[in-house]
Amino acid sequence: MSIDMEQFHQVFFEESFEGLDIMETGLLNLDSGEADNEEINSIFRAAHSIKGGSGTFGFQNISDFTHIMETLLDEVRDGIRELTHEGINILLKSVDCLRMMMTATSEGGDVDEAEVKTNFEALQNILDSESAADTPSAKQDAATSESDQAPVGWKIKFAPHKNFMQFGNDPVRILRELGGLGDLKGQVDTSKVPDFDDFNPEDMHLSWDLMLTGNVSKSAIDDVFAWVEDESDISITPLSVVKEESAISSAEKKTASKKPVATAAAPAAAKTTEKKEKSTAASSSIRVGIDKIDDLINMVGELVITQSMLSLLGEDFNMTRLEKLQEGLIQLDRHTRELQESVMQIRMVPISFTFSRFPRMVRDLSEKLEKNIELVMYGENTELDKTVIEKIGDPLVHLVRNSIDHGIEMPEDRVAAGKPEKGTIQLNAFHRGGNIVIEITDDGKGIDKDIIFQKGIEKGLVDPGSKLSDQQIYDLLFNPGFSTAAEITDVSGRGVGMDVVKKNIMSLGGAIETHSVKGQGTIFSIRLPLTLAILDGQSVSVGDDNYIIPLVSIVESVRPKKEMLNMVAGKGETYKLRDEYLPIIRVRDLFKIPDAKADQLEEGLLVVVEADGKRFGVFVDDLLGQQQVVIKSLESNYKRIRGVSGATILGDGSVALILDIPSLIRMSD
Amino acid sequence: MTAETHTEGTDELLDVDADLGDEYLTFSLAHEEYGVDILRVREIRGWEAVTRVPNSPDYVKGVLNLRGAIVPVIDLRVRFNLPVEEYTSLTVVIVLAVEDKDDGREKTISVVVDEISDVVKAKLSDIQTTPKFGSALDTEYISGIADAGGKMLMLLDIDTMLRVSEMNQH
Amino acid sequence: MALILTVDDSASMRQMVSFTLKGAGYDVVEAEDGQKALDASKTRKFDLVVTDVNMPVMDGITFIKHLRTEANYKFTPILMLTTESSSDKKAEGKAAGATGWIVKPFNPDQLLAVVKKVLG
Repeated sequence: MSIDMEQFHQVFFEESFEGLDIMETGLLNLDSGEADNEEINSIFRAAHSIKGGSGTFGFQNISDFTHIMETLLDEVRDGIRELTHEGINILLKSVDCLRMMMTATSEGGDVDEAEVKTNFEALQNILDSESAADTPSAKQDAATSESDQAPVGWKIKFAPHKNFMQFGNDPVRILRELGGLGDLKGQVDTSKVPDFDDFNPEDMHLSWDLMLTGNVSKSAIDDVFAWVEDESDISITPLSVVKEESAISSAEKKTASKKPVATAAAPAAAKTTEKKEKSTAASSSIRVGIDKIDDLINMVGELVITQSMLSLLGEDFNMTRLEKLQEGLIQLDRHTRELQESVMQIRMVPISFTFSRFPRMVRDLSEKLEKNIELVMYGENTELDKTVIEKIGDPLVHLVRNSIDHGIEMPEDRVAAGKPEKGTIQLNAFHRGGNIVIEITDDGKGIDKDIIFQKGIEKGLVDPGSKLSDQQIYDLLFNPGFSTAAEITDVSGRGVGMDVVKKNIMSLGGAIETHSVKGQGTIFSIRLPLTLAILDGQSVSVGDDNYIIPLVSIVESVRPKKEMLNMVAGKGETYKLRDEYLPIIRVRDLFKIPDAKADQLEEGLLVVVEADGKRFGVFVDDLLGQQQVVIKSLESNYKRIRGVSGATILGDGSVALILDIPSLIRMSD
Repeated sequence: MTAETHTEGTDELLDVDADLGDEYLTFSLAHEEYGVDILRVREIRGWEAVTRVPNSPDYVKGVLNLRGAIVPVIDLRVRFNLPVEEYTSLTVVIVLAVEDKDDGREKTISVVVDEISDVVKAKLSDIQTTPKFGSALDTEYISGIADAGGKMLMLLDIDTMLRVSEMNQH
Repeated sequence: MALILTVDDSASMRQMVSFTLKGAGYDVVEAEDGQKALDASKTRKFDLVVTDVNMPVMDGITFIKHLRTEANYKFTPILMLTTESSSDKKAEGKAAGATGWIVKPFNPDQLLAVVKKVLG
């Protein structure tokens, strides 16, 4: 039978990529002297697994490459070899190379052979440089040499030792196998079997005198005995032409159709995988702790119980059972909410997945720029939604690169400024009030507000005379017009500017704040909602329509007074709230709602919202309740509508639209 | 509601051989008969209030909740500039599976029609482009014509007719 | 049908072995390290054990040593998965009580052949 191995490929690649991560972290720790024996072992094991798996599944080139890494790591683990900083660098580069090979193979692309060769040679050099130079051979030991001259037959004496059985070996199996090679005849020798009183059934006292005729090579016979050499006495001598007839032994003569496979077999042919449609970055599977699944199962169980209880109540309902019904409904509410929370929990993944790439990145980049930088990470266990994790990676990378490139000064400059030569970058993640906050802090030279302000004027983003708050000045950094292509250095490059960072964060429903002290350092603080699919909303009515405004955007609500209304040139209607003039957004007009009840401001309500650091007043008819809503897509079946970020289904089954505050603001400009 | 129409005459437009042909759900709109491929019909509902959607053309009445999915509701009378009439108890919303020509994905879109007629079997035949067929619809949306018991049945190409990217506010 | 225990820290290897053997009608239980394998062996009686050598928590050789001390497993065939360059591992394995070995990499057919040979 031939089994299609491809079904195991995906798991193999997934676990191999994880293995590469383990290797990388381990090597980094090795470099900084923080690795213990167990860590060294796990680096070796990871390489060993990848080598074994890739060979089994037919990726011979990966197997060969990993083999040489494994050989090197084996020496390190055995204490024969100590790795230098250079050696670790080479191994780290090899890990990169292996990643490249795996990505290419799993996606059906081309492997960069030049890179493979370079790394292979570098590894080979290390191995050759000192004593323990294993010859990395990807081929199996050729234990079977096929060129034995087969005589007419063999005389075999097979005498298992007393403890033969305790190795789980079965002499009958051996005989059966021999029988499959040719014509087997023989006799069992029971002379050594003790008397019944002394007889221990766990011991082996039998031996066999056998004759095997046919075109059988010695090595084939050796193979049969390969496993049991140490626990038996075997003699194999070629037969002369005259065979002795003997009683057929009690051995079965079932034919074993294949040659024994205990020794090496030819490696499976390397099969090129077909080009798969692989989704980039986002993998379609997720690892979930068994405990989370167990919780879920329990909760569903409770829910089912409650549901059947209610169902029963409903079958034969009368008013005397009203209280029970109410109790049941309360329970249902509770169980449903718990279930909902649990399910959302499943998508929660610790941020360590995203953070894990940074030690390597900081190390490589600071070496390249000749800066001395230490990375400290906190809160790696902080969990966030899987989709958020996938999308927050790139922005974080860019911000960290920015800190390394523009934040931390050159060592000389730091010393001259009275700072420690080693700069520190901190990554910190924690939960705060229904959000997750990620902070990137550096003790570098900080942001010079004046320079930013000047540059903003130069780029025409700011009026020379305007007064900007600190936050507004820092926000200029994130303005698309701020940095030119020339300034996106190779280091922070890839065409990802700060504006894209901000856009990505905002598309996740989050926000970014900057704090800085010139000469001391900078903090970038990113706030993200814990989950994407659920929203805390304020329900409002405009005419006959209900809309939901995300609570996270709402500052406060006021009952407007007519006299506070102003028309300001260039800004339209504004409302004076304390010291601020808030531009007013009339939903009724923007959405052309025909039957809005409130026309005059004082007949309705003003919901003060904030977006992009600016505040606006959204004019609605009435405030309804606050509730948690599940965000449903409007685009799945329809299309994106300006001013609307999605829809939700209310308790009564009707649809309510969720307002997109930034979009509304843009619409009203 | 299955009924087979019987062929009369030799009009090559029609064919109602039970072995050949697809089934169509027919409905009436301003006294004209139209048909949609039955395999595309997800559901048939009575008219219920929908949620209005801003920044949309006037023929998009709004969206409704179809077992948790948000589905747009298109009024075909408004779409084709037919005189608008009050919705009655017979007014029907047909929920359809539409293949979006722009992104290739399947969308669920519903249309408001006057009344459901029958399910008929018919084979597609050549489209007649002469305007005297007097359909309010652009012939671009018609994939074929069949005879349904003497009445002209226009078979709709809903993928072209319900193209979301073209539903822009004028 | 015979019950087989497969021990390997690599999920893809376990899956492959499991799938191959199940396809041939065997029942298979998987364990990802020696300790979990030992725990499993106490709850069910396996007719054959196939184990990798390099695993975290408890490696294959140690696992075999422990397993052999269990009364139920004195005579059970235990096969190690080894790589070609580790002849010392084979010796170590045998010393620990292994029945034999299968050399990696192997394909499903080779695995099945060995298992059939051992189980009959």
